[in-house]
Amino acid sequence: MATLEIRDLHVSVEADNATKEILKGVDLTVKQGETHAIMGPNGSGKSTLAYSLAGHPKYTITRGSVTLDGEDVLEMTVDERARAGLFLAMQYPVEIPGVSVSNFLRTSATAVRGEAPKLRTWVKEVKETMSQLQMDPAFAERNVNEGFSGGEKKRHEILQLELLKPKVAILDETDSGLDVDALRIVSEGVNRVRESGEVGTLLITHYTRILRYIKPDFVHVFANGRIAESGGAELADKLENEGYEAYVKGGASA
Amino acid sequence: MAEAQNIPAGSTTTGSIAVAAESTVATRMSAPPSFDVADFPVPHGREEEWRFTPLERLRGLHDGTAVATGGGVKVAIEAPEGVTVETVGRDDARLGKAGTPVDRVAAQAYTSFEQASVVTVAKEAVLAEPIRIAVHGEGGVAYGHQLVELGAFAEAVVVIDHTGDAVLAANVDYVLGDGAKLTVVSVQDWDETAVHVGQHNALVGRDASFKSIVVTFGGDLVRLHPRVSYAGTGGEAELFGLYFTDKGQHQEHRLLVNHNTPHCKSNAAYKGALQGDGAHAVWIGDVLIQARAEGTDTYEMNRNLVLTDGARVDSVPNLEIETGEIVGAGHASATGRFDDEQLFYLMSRGIPAEEARRLVVRGFFAELVQQIGLPDVEARLLDKIETELKASV
Repeated sequence: MATLEIRDLHVSVEADNATKEILKGVDLTVKQGETHAIMGPNGSGKSTLAYSLAGHPKYTITRGSVTLDGEDVLEMTVDERARAGLFLAMQYPVEIPGVSVSNFLRTSATAVRGEAPKLRTWVKEVKETMSQLQMDPAFAERNVNEGFSGGEKKRHEILQLELLKPKVAILDETDSGLDVDALRIVSEGVNRVRESGEVGTLLITHYTRILRYIKPDFVHVFANGRIAESGGAELADKLENEGYEAYVKGGASA
Repeated sequence: MAEAQNIPAGSTTTGSIAVAAESTVATRMSAPPSFDVADFPVPHGREEEWRFTPLERLRGLHDGTAVATGGGVKVAIEAPEGVTVETVGRDDARLGKAGTPVDRVAAQAYTSFEQASVVTVAKEAVLAEPIRIAVHGEGGVAYGHQLVELGAFAEAVVVIDHTGDAVLAANVDYVLGDGAKLTVVSVQDWDETAVHVGQHNALVGRDASFKSIVVTFGGDLVRLHPRVSYAGTGGEAELFGLYFTDKGQHQEHRLLVNHNTPHCKSNAAYKGALQGDGAHAVWIGDVLIQARAEGTDTYEMNRNLVLTDGARVDSVPNLEIETGEIVGAGHASATGRFDDEQLFYLMSRGIPAEEARRLVVRGFFAELVQQIGLPDVEARLLDKIETELKASV
């Protein structure tokens, strides 16, 4: 069973010629089949955690470890992490002009699966997944994320999640900027992947709204660069009623 | 690389549309066109037409100090039946009809060449095979002139290949008879030390079609002027270009389409990728629609993809319209970066860095390559792009 283990993770960024520590000792274990919601106020370091796990060069790991099934993730390049089974659905997916969605998906699936998917089954697989996400087939011929609406970008991220079938999926504010219909469609996509029981999900969100569609097993409150409190789904209800104030005003160190 | 007219920060792309009675395309040059090098002052580098070019790397082509070494450049021409190939002297009356040198180096080439190659396709001859002109540099300094002339309704494809090492200033004239169709592919696949400057003049006959594909990969400095004017109405010109500018290379393409007769069309599309420190690409796209050129339909586009830090692009489209009675006139220029965020996105989907770069560059060039319409040339270009990608970064 795949397990992602984050131990005492400290992460810094360079900003205005100064080094700023953003993650200050994160401990978290995500096992295959589990869904962890990470909730927290803006600026608490949630997205930094997501991007650090994926290996974005902007972030420097200063202390701690991250392993996937015992393998040192921090030693891997960005593409190696993806091939090892990590997937990051981004909050702001990047435009890639000149590269069509279909070409991109196939190249990516070939890299992650270690061999080119058989053309016939692949076409069918992509078509079905797109139709479940209510994406127009013409979408496949557009350039990656170029001119996509906010909702289209998020669907495209979840399409990749469904096709790449990672061991650990990190969803960085996938719910932000979505209307209720789009949120439902995107959540159904995430749930299809979760139902396989083969993915550990790290759901990063500011709002509790998405948790009505994707039921977490664990909820962690993120504040001031570390996990301030962990609990079950009931913790989300508490946040819904009381907000993050208790954590922002010094609660994190309590 | 967003849509047309979107000019991202960090590029040096500029564009302007002038509507004027007086041609600034002509007045921007420091001297009027002439066949005689003595009519051009030695450039100092601040002239409009020289300001992007590193003069010190022209190896004396611009100031009269580059003396022809004799046998420095070998020209071999392979032509199918129906084609006449001649070597002629300077006084041959057919030379120089397609256009007049517009800068000092083009005039130096015209003043200094001793023999010219003349390739003639008889009227109504439709060639089954391309005419192949191999220009191979053997390390010397050379001045040259070539003329390709198609009789009325003749159809031909010419592939000019430049390889080896040379300091070469050479002009090429294309004269198309009425209804003729000519496709020219000029490949600059020089060694990295070569210097190549030249003016390509096309004179497009009535209802004739000219397609030029300029492909520049090699050389230390390559500076070409692909130019088109029309000898009658109904002519069409397509100017395609592709360049891959590596570390330290200077590749400059200065286009001019002179719509001097009514009801002609032109379409220019140049795309370039740059990588490495000191890679410098220059694209000048001048389109002039003269007052009498009613019914003109023209579009020009330049796109650049900067793959690494340290590369520089200067892209200057310029459209001058002297009559409002036209079908269409447009231009677009955009320079985009393949940036770290795009690389991160592709890599985060398991795609290795080298393959990510290849995916983006292939996608960038594919659309243009498909328009060439010559399968063997297309395949060769795609191969060459792969090689360029592997060679560095």
